[in-house]
Amino acid sequence: MARGALAVLVAALGLICAVGAQAQEEAPPAPHQQWPFEGVFGTYDRAALQRGFQVYKEVCSVCHPVKHLYFRDLEELGYSEDQVKGIAAQAQVADGPNDQGEMFQRPARPSDRIPDPFPNDQAARVANNGALPPDLSLITKAREGGPDYAYAILTGFKDAPAGFKMNPNMNYNQYFAGHQIAMPPPLSPDQVKYADGTPATVPQMAHDVVSFLSWAAEPTLDERHRMGFKVFLFLIVATGVFYAAKRKIWSRVH
Amino acid sequence: MAAPPPGVPAAGSSVGYGRIVRWIDYRLPFVSFLEHEFVAYPTPKNLNYWWNFGSLAGLVLVIMIVTGVVLAMHYTPHADLAFDSVERIMRDVNYGWLLRYIHMNGASMFFLIVYIHLFRGLYYGSYKYPRELLWILGVVILLLMIATAFMGYVLPWGQMSYWAATVITNLFSAIPLVGDKIVTLLWGGFTVGNPTLNRFYSLHYLLPFIIVAVIGLHLLALHQHGSNNPLGIDTRGPQDTIPFHPYHTIKDSFGLCVALLIFAFLVFYAPNFAASADNYIPANPMVTPNHIVPEWYLLPYYAILRSITFDFLGIPGKLIGVILAFGSILILFFVPWLDTSRVRSARFRPIYRWVSWILPVDVIALGWVGASPPAGIVVTVGQIATFYYFLHFLVLMPLIGKLERPRPLPISIGTAVLEAAGRLGAAGPAEGN
Repeated sequence: MARGALAVLVAALGLICAVGAQAQEEAPPAPHQQWPFEGVFGTYDRAALQRGFQVYKEVCSVCHPVKHLYFRDLEELGYSEDQVKGIAAQAQVADGPNDQGEMFQRPARPSDRIPDPFPNDQAARVANNGALPPDLSLITKAREGGPDYAYAILTGFKDAPAGFKMNPNMNYNQYFAGHQIAMPPPLSPDQVKYADGTPATVPQMAHDVVSFLSWAAEPTLDERHRMGFKVFLFLIVATGVFYAAKRKIWSRVH
Repeated sequence: MAAPPPGVPAAGSSVGYGRIVRWIDYRLPFVSFLEHEFVAYPTPKNLNYWWNFGSLAGLVLVIMIVTGVVLAMHYTPHADLAFDSVERIMRDVNYGWLLRYIHMNGASMFFLIVYIHLFRGLYYGSYKYPRELLWILGVVILLLMIATAFMGYVLPWGQMSYWAATVITNLFSAIPLVGDKIVTLLWGGFTVGNPTLNRFYSLHYLLPFIIVAVIGLHLLALHQHGSNNPLGIDTRGPQDTIPFHPYHTIKDSFGLCVALLIFAFLVFYAPNFAASADNYIPANPMVTPNHIVPEWYLLPYYAILRSITFDFLGIPGKLIGVILAFGSILILFFVPWLDTSRVRSARFRPIYRWVSWILPVDVIALGWVGASPPAGIVVTVGQIATFYYFLHFLVLMPLIGKLERPRPLPISIGTAVLEAAGRLGAAGPAEGN
C-alpha cells in the first residue's frame, strides 16, 4: 500500500504545480523580493517598518485607510509610548457627544483607530475619479502574491506600450490585471526624507512601505515564528520519545 | 461507603482500583466501561499505520471544538461586524491568532485525515459484513463535516465566504418546483445576508456536537465486531489480538505527534496556505471575485457539479450536476452492496488492488479541475474524471468482485504474521507494513 500512496502523492504534487502555473496566466507573476520576515526564523525589520510607516503616513494615507490599525499598535514598530502619543496627537478624530450633546473634534489618543482619509466610500470615490482606494491594513494578505505583488504594483508603472488603449484617468502598470490602474504612480525619488538618512529611492520606499503593510496585515508574525520554533522542538522530542516507546512496547508482539 | 457485598461479582474490571472507585463503579460502571472499551479492548495484532487515522480524526475534532468554542466567545455573527471581529481576534485577543489559525488549518487537517481514513476503509474492505452500519455512520459523519466546514467558511464574511455561500445555497434552486422556496428559506431572505450568517453560525455551533454523537455510534458499531485489519480476515481468538492499551495508545500517540508536526507547520509557518486571498477582503455583494472556488477539500464535488455543461433528456444540466455532486457522496452509502467480492482486503484482490489506486488519482484530478477556471481542456478532464468516478463505484466495483479470482487468504492473522516475520529475514519487508 505504501508504493501506491507514493504514486498518488507524486500525482498530487504534479497537479498542484499545474494549478500554480495556471493561476499565473492572468497577469505576469510578481518577481520575488527578499523579505526579512520570510522563513522559519523570519522577523520584521523594525527600522524598515518605521520607514515604511513614514511612507504610508506621508504618501499612501492621503487616499488609503488602514482600518484595522490603532495608534497603540505602532509601539510594535519600536516607537516609545510617548512617541506614539505624539504621532496620535497629530491626527484629529471625532468624539462625543459631550455634555451639550454635540460631537466634537479632538487630538487622537493611542487607543484611537488610525482615522480614515475620507468620511465614507462615496467621498473617497468622488475624490479619486470614481475609484475606491482599498483599505491597506490587510492588502498583503488580500492579494495573490502578497508582499511581492504589492511591491510589484508600486514599482510596476510604465508608459503604456504603443497601440495600448488607455481609458481616461487610468495609468499603465505591468503587474496589474488588465494593466490599467486608477492609482497614479505614488512614489517618486526623494518623496520622503528618512530620519535615518537612508536614500529614498523608489525601490527603497516601496520595500519599506510593503514591509510596513505586511506587518499591518500580520502583526503577530514574529510571535508566531518564535512560538512555532518552540512547538517544533517540543514535538520533535515528543515524536522521538513516543516512537522509542512504541518500538519498545511493540517488541513484545509477534 | 460500602464496597460490593461479598458474593456479588466485582463489577467488571474495576478490580485493582481503590475502594472509592469500586464504590462508584458498582453503581455507575464508568471505569469498567473505559477499561473494557479503551484498555482491554482487543485489536488485531497486524494493524498497520493506516489504522491510526480514526483516532487521529477524533482528536482533531476535539481540537476543533475546543478552539471553536473559544473563538465563538470573541466572534460577532453580524454581517456588518463579522469580518472586523475576526480581525480583532487576530490582533487583540490573547493568542487569538493562534486559536484562529489552529481552527482554520484544523479543518484542512480534519478532512485530510478523514479522507485517508475513508480510503483505508475502501482499500481494506472495512465496509463489508459485519461492518456495513459502521461504514454508513462514517459517511454520515463525512456529510455532517462537509456541512459544518462549509458554514464555518462563511463566518469570516470575506468575499469568498459570501460568494461561496451564494453559489452553494443556489444549488438548491435546481430542485424542481420547490427549489426557490428552499433557497429563500436557507437565506432567510431574498439574498445571502445577515439572517443567512446568523443561521449558519447557529448551525456551525450545533453540528459538531451532532458529529460527536454520530462518532459515539460509529465507535459503538466498531467495538461490536472490532477493527478490520490489513488481511481482512476475522480474528480467531486471543492469539490474533492485542489489548488496545498499551499497544494502540502508544502507537496512536506517536501518530498524533507526527500529525501535529504537520499541523504545527501549517499553523506557524504557512497559516494561509489553503486560504483564499479573496477572503481577506470584506464581503461585497456588488463585486464578484474572478474565480469562486471552495476550500480544497470540497473541490472534487465542485468539479463534478460543474462538469455537466449540457441538458440531458430534458433535465437541466444544473440539476444533473447537483444530483451527481451529492450523489458522489451518497453513493458511498451503497458501497457495502456495490462491492460483490467476499474478500475484504485489496491485498488479495489482484485487479481491484490496482483499480482502487486509480480512484484517489481520479479524485485528485477532480480537485484540480475544481480549482481551475472551467474552460477548454479542464472541462473535458472534469467530465472524464466524473464519468470514471461513477464508473468505479457503479460498474468496476460490482464487476471486478464477480470476475476476479482472489489470491488465497491466510488461515489466521497469527500464522500470517509469523509467515511475514519469516519472509522478513529471507526476502525483505512485507508489503503494507
